[in-house]
Amino acid sequence: MQLQTANTLLRRCGVVDPASVDDYEAHDGFKGLRRAIEMGPDWVIEQLKLSNLVGRGGAAFPTGRKWEAVRLATGSPKYVVLNADESEPGTFSNRKLLEEDPFSSVESLIIAGLAVGSARALAYIRGEYTLATRRLAAAIEAARARGYLGASVLDTGQPFEIEIRRGGGAYICGEETSLFNSIEGLRGEPRSKPPFPVNVGVYRKPTLINNVETLVNVPPILLMGGEAYSRIGAPGLTGTKLFCLSGHIARPGVYEVPGGTTLRQVIDLAGGVPNGRSLQSVLMGGAAGTFVPPEHLDTPLVPSALGPLGLTMGSGSIIVFDDTVDMWEVTRLVAEFFAEESCGQCVPCRVGTKRQVEILHRFTMGHGKPGDAELLRDLGVAMTDASICGLGQTAASAVLSALKVFPPPGGVHHA
Amino acid sequence: MLEQISLTVDGREVTVPAGSTVLTAITRLGIETPTLCYDPGLTPVNVCRVCVVEMKGSRVLVPSCSRQAENGMEIFTDTPRVRHSRRLVLELLQSSVDTERSPSLLQFAARYGTQPDRLAGATVQQPARDSDNLLYVRDYSRCILCYKCVEACGHDVQKTFAIAVAGRGFSAHIDTGFDVPLGDSPCVYCGNCVAVCPTGALVGRNEFVMRKQGTWNEAQQKQVDTVCPYCGVGCQLRLHVQDNRIVKVSSPRDHPVTRGFLCVKGRFGYEFMHGGSERKRRARQETLS
Repeated sequence: MQLQTANTLLRRCGVVDPASVDDYEAHDGFKGLRRAIEMGPDWVIEQLKLSNLVGRGGAAFPTGRKWEAVRLATGSPKYVVLNADESEPGTFSNRKLLEEDPFSSVESLIIAGLAVGSARALAYIRGEYTLATRRLAAAIEAARARGYLGASVLDTGQPFEIEIRRGGGAYICGEETSLFNSIEGLRGEPRSKPPFPVNVGVYRKPTLINNVETLVNVPPILLMGGEAYSRIGAPGLTGTKLFCLSGHIARPGVYEVPGGTTLRQVIDLAGGVPNGRSLQSVLMGGAAGTFVPPEHLDTPLVPSALGPLGLTMGSGSIIVFDDTVDMWEVTRLVAEFFAEESCGQCVPCRVGTKRQVEILHRFTMGHGKPGDAELLRDLGVAMTDASICGLGQTAASAVLSALKVFPPPGGVHHA
Repeated sequence: MLEQISLTVDGREVTVPAGSTVLTAITRLGIETPTLCYDPGLTPVNVCRVCVVEMKGSRVLVPSCSRQAENGMEIFTDTPRVRHSRRLVLELLQSSVDTERSPSLLQFAARYGTQPDRLAGATVQQPARDSDNLLYVRDYSRCILCYKCVEACGHDVQKTFAIAVAGRGFSAHIDTGFDVPLGDSPCVYCGNCVAVCPTGALVGRNEFVMRKQGTWNEAQQKQVDTVCPYCGVGCQLRLHVQDNRIVKVSSPRDHPVTRGFLCVKGRFGYEFMHGGSERKRRARQETLS
């Protein structure tokens, strides 16, 4: 039986008028917030912990624990940051959520603010997302007019405001600490962790930072209860997950499926590889992700199953390649992306991403030298192990997986 | 009394005061750790990644220069993973910039048996900026981007903020802001950037010219300590004297007054010792040549 799409996070997308508070309210809008106000912050965090929700940006950190850490952090004021700098190639779920259901982000941010004790949220949106920015800005205004934002949220006496900050187009600024630097007007470079954002975040204050997709899970969790939510999906990935399908796929787009769905099921849902071609490989998790060979298509998409295979779900990007594609050419493009987007702060990433491109250029031009594959592996291991931030630490993962999955091009021999 | 932190390094127990770094703990045991961007007088930026160590429970290696020691940490300083990354980092630097004047880097490279040729590729190509001021030269083809000059110019010492990193990735470089000549930047020519530069990318103009002429000879230089005559602060100057002429002025990094940092007068205002017209004569000569 073919899998059906789930319909929790996307249930309002394409259904409601994204500019209408009335429409949002008519579709369960702000009910999660009202529940949160009725039950109080401790209950909210308890439900998140019971739900086993993990972050959807790629790192899969337990969301309830993060909220609790910010609530308990000393230091004031506290900030809530919406990470909507969605820059991972092939990832566009945040964009869909912000463009078609902007009020759910507004509601989730207010819930987060009340739960962790923050009066101010900063929504950091990728600069290229002009429509998403406009719609979120309109939603913030509309919510304020209805008393959901302002000096006293729904007459609770708790103040809360959301401000938009637009990114300048740097991939690195999706990394949380670089994002803070960007908000503060500093150079987009990662900071050392620890200290972690829950204690030392934007403006050096305790900060809750969540991806859009993570946050919009919160109202449904509060409405159905954390326990019920945890029964959806699979252990390790409860609830539903948005996957962004692109490449050689019949119906590209955002698909919502329960956690534990296999890659093959998701690809089938999107109509499979078109034009009678066969699937050669999948790049999962965007540029920072890994190539998945056809024999692993039946692996459930949960971190615990993917991890041992050296695979990652990352941001939920699934780029499908049919058998006409030169996969080393794709690998070189991924490497070029990182060489372009490296901030240049640490040596392994700054010089390593450059060297990766040079070696892969030799590969694709047919000038590969014996030992090049081993060199790429040596380089990749050091980049993964010694770089400061997630960018450098994943800048070699596609290359390393390519070495495992694809036969070497002419002139290059695996060591 | 400060709280004490206990951790193990390579299986040996060590105790350090709370707030100490892992590097402090490692050093306390007498284990040598290579560092390039680390400077005890500057805020650690942990960008060179040559001091990385393995820490039990951590997915990736951690920079010992900035990571705070915690109770129960288990640190390993000489595992294959550590050696691999340290070696690669040094090879990446050697393959991309001129490290000939970086004695400590070359020493670490020898220790880890680097083969930079295997990673040969693009190099940092920037002409030496040797004509926009009379006091020091910026030869960024030697720059490993350790950020020391930025820190010394900015928050940590001088608070002038004349330079910062610009550009991304392999194009990242130290910049005065839109690459304006130093004279148009806020630079006050204190030369504290020169004092902390570990690779010879920043060098006093006198040294630069003498090296170019082949007359710079450190073996023949003697060091004479004195106190700066310009004001009442009492900065200790270390005069580097070759052939009975002062060729460079520094200050000991452990001096309680200067911590190695000086102002433009102390660091560069020594030519009067050799007669007033010398500096101008030499500058003229340089401009003509």
